[in-house]
Amino acid sequence: MHKFKEDLKKNPSKLIVTIILGIISIAFLIPLIWMLSTSAKFESDVMVFPIEWIPTRWNFVENFKAVWMSEVPFTTFYLNSIKLASITTLVTIIVSSMAAYSFSKLRFPGKSLLFGMLMAFMMIPEQATLVPRYIMVKWFGLFNTHEGLILMAMFSIYFTFLMRQYMVGISDEYIEAAKMDGAGYFKIYWKIMLPLCRPIIATVGIIKFIWVWNDYQNPLIFLYDEKLYPITLGMQYFKTEYSENYAVMMMAALSAILPLIIVFIILQRNVIAGISLGGVKG
Amino acid sequence: MEVNYNSEKEVTSLSPNRKKPFWTEKRKESAAGMLFVLPEFLGICLMGVFPLGFTLFLAFTEWNFIGGMETIKFIGFDNFIRLANDDNFLLALKNNLLYTVFTVPVGMVLALILAVVIHSKAYAKDFFKVAFFIPYISTQVAVAAIFAALFHPSLGPINQFLMNIGISDPPKWLGSTDSVMAAIIIVGIWHSVGYIVIIYISGLSTISEEVYEAAEIDGANFIQKFTKITIPLLAPTTFFLAITLMISSFKVFDLVAFLTDGGPNHASNVLVYYIYEEGFKNFRMGYASAISWVLFTIVAVLTIIMWKIQNRKAD
Repeated sequence: MHKFKEDLKKNPSKLIVTIILGIISIAFLIPLIWMLSTSAKFESDVMVFPIEWIPTRWNFVENFKAVWMSEVPFTTFYLNSIKLASITTLVTIIVSSMAAYSFSKLRFPGKSLLFGMLMAFMMIPEQATLVPRYIMVKWFGLFNTHEGLILMAMFSIYFTFLMRQYMVGISDEYIEAAKMDGAGYFKIYWKIMLPLCRPIIATVGIIKFIWVWNDYQNPLIFLYDEKLYPITLGMQYFKTEYSENYAVMMMAALSAILPLIIVFIILQRNVIAGISLGGVKG
Repeated sequence: MEVNYNSEKEVTSLSPNRKKPFWTEKRKESAAGMLFVLPEFLGICLMGVFPLGFTLFLAFTEWNFIGGMETIKFIGFDNFIRLANDDNFLLALKNNLLYTVFTVPVGMVLALILAVVIHSKAYAKDFFKVAFFIPYISTQVAVAAIFAALFHPSLGPINQFLMNIGISDPPKWLGSTDSVMAAIIIVGIWHSVGYIVIIYISGLSTISEEVYEAAEIDGANFIQKFTKITIPLLAPTTFFLAITLMISSFKVFDLVAFLTDGGPNHASNVLVYYIYEEGFKNFRMGYASAISWVLFTIVAVLTIIMWKIQNRKAD
């Protein structure tokens, strides 16, 4: 606090800039604030102008019921999203960290060639392979299953790269010590590397979770059964059922976004560090 | 340990007839190394490399998937020739370029200004980083639902506001061929600004304070410091962002699919949406594959430009 006062004396404009920036950031978030406010309104009050930012008549509970307790299986969509995002994240972490361990700490012939190849494969846009993946997933009998979606999303060169960069920085001493004690490579990976990689695992995990949660394109193409829909397709479903009921739509949007915002705010340091590290969206 | 190792070596060299075990430490390490990479490598081949080659094959065929394998017909370059004369494809490409040309520079300029102010002129840096980043992590489909309501042509808050400040005939946004891309571009910028801010701030934090202090001693003002120090030193970050954002702008899909289905009258069709439409609505697998290769070529060219320039800097 003392430091703050001193700083303020030296540089009084900083406080003014901060206040202006605060106003800009609120203006920037207006669409989300509007969503929040609308989700608590009666439909007839939604498009009233000037906008009632704080509803004069509250309908939050009814809108909540319309989303969560009506015939639209919103809870199912939600559970599907949780299932898809958690399993995909977990499997991605395992597969990527295994490869990262090998690329950072083990020597084998052809390693740099293999690594170079993977880096080159990173440029393949998943949108360019939609058609053959559709055919392949049908061949494998995984069309319209969660397994198919997980299989397509669990291999990530980008995360392998991020984890490798982190593991390179881990001192070899830990590994040498474990070797002395007779630990094999798997044990070193499982008992030494993974625990030491907790920060990067948290980073990769939260980013992957957000990406899978937000994925709309893959479920749209590879699922048709409503019982399997994640939240993103659920929003689509809502659009057709409640096209003119914006209050209910905003309650659904709020339900989709809110858990991500909460998790993001809790783990903001990890997310921002991870995004700053590489920054390539996969 | 050291001693043991040496004596063992001596024993082997003294008795050349004794066979060395096959699983030497080195071989074990190689085997482990390969095994640990294997799942990732096979997965990438199965879900990335093989499908890419498969798309190239399909691009030279005419195939309605529903008809089964026997209906595959090899047609040479016909798909690509058709693409060059397909007005819908050319419109999708044009719309996509429009999206790129507006979202990338506008997003970058806005974000650079915000990043510099947040980084050097404000308190509560972490708060602002989080605030501007929230749209980027928000589900795009839900964001699209919000903007669908905000952009409502007659009742939506945006047009009500515009009419209130005296614009009697505001754009119909998503409802009109003239303004639909503008609306999608606005949402695209809003969504990605926070990401650019974060990357710029991490670039700014690598510039040492001393450079600015030296400039201050020489009497440089804020504008001079910005143009003579910040912008040149951020050039690598700017370059990285420009390429990355261009690549992702060619992958835009969610907003279009949820908001407009490429309409009205194809006015908001973009490359990936056209792949989706041809492949999964009209089931023209060959034609959709040809469009996929256009997309891949654009992304590959941009990526290779980035590598070339980054490597040249590294030398």
